[in-house]
This record gives sequence, structure tokens and C-alpha cells, in this order.
Amino acid sequence: MGLQSCVNINKEWDIVGARQMGRDIAREIGFGTVDQARIATAISELARNIYLYAETGQICFEVIDNINQKGISMIAIDSGPGIRDISQVMEDGFSTSGGLGAGLPGVKRLMDDFDIKSEEGKGTEIRALKWVR
Amino acid sequence: MRIPILKLHNYLLISIQTEIDDHTAIQFQEDLLSKIHQSGSSGVVIDLTSVEIIDSFIAKVLGDVVTMSDLMGAKVVLTGIQPAVAMTLIDLGIHLKNVPTALDLEQGLIKLHQELGE
Repeated sequence: MGLQSCVNINKEWDIVGARQMGRDIAREIGFGTVDQARIATAISELARNIYLYAETGQICFEVIDNINQKGISMIAIDSGPGIRDISQVMEDGFSTSGGLGAGLPGVKRLMDDFDIKSEEGKGTEIRALKWVR
Repeated sequence: MRIPILKLHNYLLISIQTEIDDHTAIQFQEDLLSKIHQSGSSGVVIDLTSVEIIDSFIAKVLGDVVTMSDLMGAKVVLTGIQPAVAMTLIDLGIHLKNVPTALDLEQGLIKLHQELGE
């Protein structure tokens, strides 16, 4: 595991800051342009969820550098209202914000690995990972 | 930050060159609609060649502005969507089905000419 860098999400502009940081890290590790766009977009969705539903939170990035595999791992954490029914938010087209409802299932498709934990009234933690191909 | 909107005869041309945050996107939506209203333009090309990321929110704003302009009587064509952006949008599950698109600005103007029968 490599160094961890984190971005706090408190205001709308932090969504842009988070995706730029993630994209820079992805470029440095050696991701191609398409995967850089996938990673940056996934971060944008996660950061927006924090901003919309929890108001504040954090996204941390970690570079994974194993002998045979390199990748980026990201963790989005907030102490917002949490999600009551995770299977519902993982359905395509489900949205409480009037958006496109592409959010979490979209992030899952953009990344190689996706894990969500949430407790109502306590917060949400989402981990996502992408390997360099 | 405001995205400049240029007028060329009865068309409006927009080239988005900056990283778009949510506020800029909403501001652009309002600016474009009032510019269409003021200028009486019948066609709009929004060029996205320099845009590296379109997430679900920005996609929604762009899709909405096409529908809103259509309601007002102006046709909008999106041009220059990058391969990486197109692939990412489909992964997200966003198809922008009713949005007219073209490869580049030139093709976009040709498409507008055809659609508007000018």
C-alpha cells in the first residue's frame, strides 16, 4: 500500500478538487485516458453524494503497488443520514435527488471492485478500487 | 466562472474549455436560454472537445438544456464528445438518447443546417 491522500468535501467546488486529485494520481500510476476518465467520474459521483446527502465527508485515495498489480483504491466516508435500503440505491434508475439515478450502480460499473457499508443515522462508507490494465 | 456564448448569424456557438462544476453548469443553462431569447437564434452548437469529464449531474444539465431550448424553438447539437467521455457515460448508464450530436463543430453546423432546413 502506498501513501494516502485525502480531500475534504464541504462545498460544491470540492467535488471538482476531489476528481482532479484522483485523476492526477491515476495518471501518475499509469492509467490510460479512458480509465482516468472513469476514475475521475466515479470520484465525482461519490463526492456529489457526500455533498448532497451528508453535506460533509472525506474521500481518500491510496495507491496499491503489488508485485504484479498496480491500482488505485478510494474510500468515501461521511457521517450523514446513511442509507436504509442499500439494494434499492444499487438499482439502476433509483434516485432521491431528482438526478439521473446513475449514481452508485454507475460507480460500480466504472470501477473493478465496489463495496458499500451504511448505517442509518450514522453514515456511509464506500470503497472502490481500479486496477491498471 | 461563466462560459462564453458567441453569436454567429442566427446561431449560437459555445466551446466549453474549463472544468465544469455544478454551479457553472447551472449558470450556463440560464445564460444560454436567455441568450436564445434575446437573440432569437434558431440553432446552437455546444462543443465539448476539451471536456474530459461528464458525470451524471453535468449530463443531466446538458440533456435538460437541449430539451429546454427545444421548447423555446431552438435546436441544440452537442459536438466533439471525447471517446473516453462517451465510454464513461455508457458505463454510468447515461445514453442521452434524444440529444442530437455530431463529431465536431463543422459537422454540428451542417447538422443544424439540415435540421432547420436552411
